[in-house]
Amino acid sequence: MANENFETTIGLEVHVEMQTNSKLLSPSPVHYGDAPNENTNVIDWGYPGVLPVANKGAIEYGMRVALALHAEITEDIRWDRKNYVYPDNPKSYQTTQMRTPLGRHGYLDVNMPDGSVKRIGIEELHVEEDAGKNTHGTDGYSYVDLNRQGTPLVEIVSKPDLSSPEEAYAYLEQLRRVVLFTGVSEAKMQEGQMRADVNVSLRPRGSKTYGTRVEMKNINSFHYVQSALEFEERRQAQVIRSGGKVRQETRRYDEPTKSTLLMRVKEVADDYRYFPEPDLSPIHIDQAWIDRVQAELPKSAGDRQVAYVQDLGLEQYDAEVLTQTLAMANFFDAAVNAGADSKSAAKRVANYLIGDVNAYLNKNQVELQDTDLTPENLAGMVKLIEDGTISTKQAKKVFEAIMEGEEPEAYAKAQGLVQISDPAVLTPMINEVLDDNPQSIEDFKGGKDRATGFLIGQLMKKSKGQANPGVLNKLLLAELNKR
Amino acid sequence: MATSISKEEVAHVADLAKLSFSDQELEHFTGQLQEIVAMCEKMAEVDTTNVEPTFSVTPNVNHLREDVADNWHEKKALLAQAPDEAADLIKVPAILNGEDEA
Repeated sequence: MANENFETTIGLEVHVEMQTNSKLLSPSPVHYGDAPNENTNVIDWGYPGVLPVANKGAIEYGMRVALALHAEITEDIRWDRKNYVYPDNPKSYQTTQMRTPLGRHGYLDVNMPDGSVKRIGIEELHVEEDAGKNTHGTDGYSYVDLNRQGTPLVEIVSKPDLSSPEEAYAYLEQLRRVVLFTGVSEAKMQEGQMRADVNVSLRPRGSKTYGTRVEMKNINSFHYVQSALEFEERRQAQVIRSGGKVRQETRRYDEPTKSTLLMRVKEVADDYRYFPEPDLSPIHIDQAWIDRVQAELPKSAGDRQVAYVQDLGLEQYDAEVLTQTLAMANFFDAAVNAGADSKSAAKRVANYLIGDVNAYLNKNQVELQDTDLTPENLAGMVKLIEDGTISTKQAKKVFEAIMEGEEPEAYAKAQGLVQISDPAVLTPMINEVLDDNPQSIEDFKGGKDRATGFLIGQLMKKSKGQANPGVLNKLLLAELNKR
Repeated sequence: MATSISKEEVAHVADLAKLSFSDQELEHFTGQLQEIVAMCEKMAEVDTTNVEPTFSVTPNVNHLREDVADNWHEKKALLAQAPDEAADLIKVPAILNGEDEA
């Protein structure tokens, strides 16, 4: 808290790029990282006379986010033009939903740093198009790549319900996870797939009216948002305490100095001259359509965590780690469905994913879906461990193999990694070892526990480490007692 | 009842469109725009009580496209139409004090 004399009011507008196949108004591919202007056509370039048609998939992705945020879906939607002139926007307007946003009056329950849960209102959310990308050269020119132009965005506008930088951070984390589990975006910050506009004002504690707000746009790191807000709390408090007035201005976050810098003072409100878009048909969304999208909506991270803890007996922490990405959670669910459905098997699958698999992904800098590991093979290996076919030690080699796409049972057999649990094989082996070590039998009868340890060691050596330790121990004691 | 349009308003709209005009040009456009506004005023004389506003003249609702990507491979042709290009990027005069919008 900046100062006990002031209350902080924060509202966030978050833009999320939706990973549809094609753009909002043109069939050009939506794909990050391609050669400049590769994914553009006459519609994206804003040529006159083109006939844009809106992407149904983008509308449905927007509906998914609206439903995940408990928003009311607007029945009748018309598009609006937001006019502004800038080189990243060749049409000189952005197609958006100003008057009839897709969703309204939603909320997000956020786990706050102090352990409480705070409900943050969602004022509205709407679908609109992203702009292109400018690179500013040092040669007196700027360079424009329109690949991103027209990528569908969902903009999620919070109510000014956030009252500290920590709350803003917690909200963004939670929002990101909710969006991830709608399956509409991977929300990769470093690729600009999720960006926040921040509004922040201070007012004397108890005051009914909000202070003058300062705006910061397009921050693509949650830590930067928090840091920028912490700086603004201090700066605005200082301005007010010294008898000054906070000006309505746009500032930007400066990472090296962890401060915010003035970009421009807002003397007049933004003047975007909105008007109804004449070229696109209105959209009518009936309950049947909503129901269909609702049915396609993946289960949320929160619901999955509850199921993991209550039905599968996982620790809450493990459940949280598994639900950090939709891919990981889906993988875990698929492995459980592939047979690892007992509590101990599910726990082993969770441990492998959180431990060895994550370590593999980090080491090789790959995503889970880009490896050759399948849920079936992980569940299969866990089954081999569970029924004693392989030891956890042998499983290390099997694990390496299934990461390369091998089928665990076939691999373990081919490599001779299968444990020997058959008494018909183990008992003669035990008697051979006992015959060779009469002193150990004497020691055992004399009450020396160490004797069995020595014999087990000999037996493991004899079986080349393949004897099932549990079975072996039981059989050894039985044979010793016979002597 | 004619609501006239002032020179200041014309200058403001020109500014929004990143256009700059000489004083003489502003006078000229203000006069022209005043005539256009006056013509629109004529329409305002029609009684529109209880008439739904027209937002769109297309009779279609839910005219939407399935989410299927189709690259029309127009990049070369479009870049050829750009004022200037470099390494497949559109080259424009330096943008100063700008900010990305979205």
